[in-house]
Amino acid sequence: MLRFVLRRLALIVPTFIGVTLLAFALIHLIPGDPVENVSGERGMDPARRARLLHEFGLDRPLAVQYASYVGQVLRGDLGHSLTTHDSVAAEFLTLFPATVELAFFALAFALVIGVPAGVLAAVKRNTIADYAVMGVSLTGYSMPIFWWALLLILFFSVQLGWTPVSGRIAVAYDVPAVTGFMLIDTLRAGDPAAFRSALSHLVLPTIVLGTIPLAVIARMTRSAMLEVLREDYVRAARAKGLPRWRVIVVHALRNALIPVVTVVGLQVGLLLSGAILTETIFSWPGVGNWLIHGVQSRDYPVVQGGILLIAAIVIAVNLVVDMLYGVVNPRIRHA
Amino acid sequence: MPSARHPNPRSALRAEPAIRYPSRLAEFWRAFAQNRGAVAGLALVGMLVTLALVADVVAPHSPIEQFRDFELLPPFWHAGGNLRFPLGTDAVGRDILSRLIHGTRLSLLIGATSVAISLTLGCVLGLCAGYFRGVTDTAIMRLMDVMLALPSLLLAIAVVAILGPGLINAMYAIAIVLLPHYVRLTRAAVIAEAGREYVTSSRIAGAGALRLMFATILPNCAAPLIVQATLGFSNAILDAAALGFLGLGAQPPTPEWGAMLASALEFIQRAPWVVTSPGLAILVTVLAFNLTGDGLRDALDPKLRRSAA
Repeated sequence: MLRFVLRRLALIVPTFIGVTLLAFALIHLIPGDPVENVSGERGMDPARRARLLHEFGLDRPLAVQYASYVGQVLRGDLGHSLTTHDSVAAEFLTLFPATVELAFFALAFALVIGVPAGVLAAVKRNTIADYAVMGVSLTGYSMPIFWWALLLILFFSVQLGWTPVSGRIAVAYDVPAVTGFMLIDTLRAGDPAAFRSALSHLVLPTIVLGTIPLAVIARMTRSAMLEVLREDYVRAARAKGLPRWRVIVVHALRNALIPVVTVVGLQVGLLLSGAILTETIFSWPGVGNWLIHGVQSRDYPVVQGGILLIAAIVIAVNLVVDMLYGVVNPRIRHA
Repeated sequence: MPSARHPNPRSALRAEPAIRYPSRLAEFWRAFAQNRGAVAGLALVGMLVTLALVADVVAPHSPIEQFRDFELLPPFWHAGGNLRFPLGTDAVGRDILSRLIHGTRLSLLIGATSVAISLTLGCVLGLCAGYFRGVTDTAIMRLMDVMLALPSLLLAIAVVAILGPGLINAMYAIAIVLLPHYVRLTRAAVIAEAGREYVTSSRIAGAGALRLMFATILPNCAAPLIVQATLGFSNAILDAAALGFLGLGAQPPTPEWGAMLASALEFIQRAPWVVTSPGLAILVTVLAFNLTGDGLRDALDPKLRRSAA
């Protein structure tokens, strides 16, 4: 097992180097003058330009610049935002819990509905229920989620007035950010009204972000269940007189969940992609929204640092999923 | 040479006129047509392609002409609607139906261009990685790992941040995002095929590396690539619309569906129809390609059916 872990760890080193190269290249490939881009000033005189070139270290050879960039990254220094002048790493860390909170609920929503729906479709194969689940999940899979968000806002927020349109909590509540997770912070503050407000703000973004993972999980559960239901041990369990539901839930589903767990792990990238759109529409103060603002305001340190950190998170999560998979399935470990 | 007493069973079959083998196309169609959803999807794709081709003739108005007397007109079935603008008009009085029809052309063009670029590049890179192995393989695959480490929309945004916003750059960005999938598929298929007898015999017959790669091996890896390319269309259309929506793709007044949605945001309460129709167009188009792709997967390669996710 240790060898497996070490080998997987060794494999991510080149990937991570590649990601730092990409993030480093970003600053040098963007059109326009690098000094003007980095300093955020336009049309400066040559003397100031030369001084800034030196100050930013942009007059050194590229290899040296890259080495010093990697050194900075390893020390956790990702530069400062051009608009707020705050540390990029600190801004990311402040906003990241909001994205995690949203992604967590979206994934939970997708699992709680997707797995039973997939099981239902597999057990009732080729019935109305199966067609309905598969039809809805294919539609969900094809859904432009930014439009889906607008429809939900139009119906639930504008027409019915059930949920707030945007944000994380009503402005009336001032909750000290201890953990950064709004639901936990409001509970800690002992303010049930604030908690309810935070919860109601979470509903629509959760549905929007969870829609595509839900569709993927339902389809995956269905095909894994169909596979498992054909196995001899399922027939044996039925033959020895176990009730049908018990065979489905205990014998079949447990084994069908192995591929589903892998798929869930691979949803992280999808969730973060979706989070960019969802957060933008709902003005959710997370890293996706922050990154889009960075791109739109040409705040390159933010874009560079954000891309690097998100890639690092995706790599780390994939590594953990891989290892968990190795624990669950020994065949992978020894391959 | 088969003796008279033990005739070759195949030649005996061939001599029998009563048995006709279906052509490969007919066989494929039989398998494909079993899936009614796939046939519906293909029909829809056909209609959309036709619509894109004849957009100039079918569209009642120019997609960018502004009828200033008819701003935010509702669709004809609403009170105050006008049959001259069947799906209503947007905030500057442009006919939504005409914009949607021209948007079909744009979306299909984005899909076709990005898929063509990444499919070509992906095949070449995948062939090189799978055929030469060693350092070439490692270099190409590690690069693809880096690209896969970034969420697709984030990678597209990074590329657009470098190239600048716009429709053409969005196509490049999407082509880059789709690339790793084709490289991986081609490489895996090449590695599986490269050891087969027909490749060895072709090599013994004197075929060079290029001929082996492109003429011998590649056609036998086509099935998964065709499936992936069809599904790539839907990804490309979705991502292009997302970029357009974020203001990083097609720029106004281009009638791109995502950009149309973005410019309609402020009127969502007063005129919901400016928001509903472009999104519906995206959904229907993506759905059509996904249905077709699923059907192709089942028909072309039954082995792939398991990974239907």
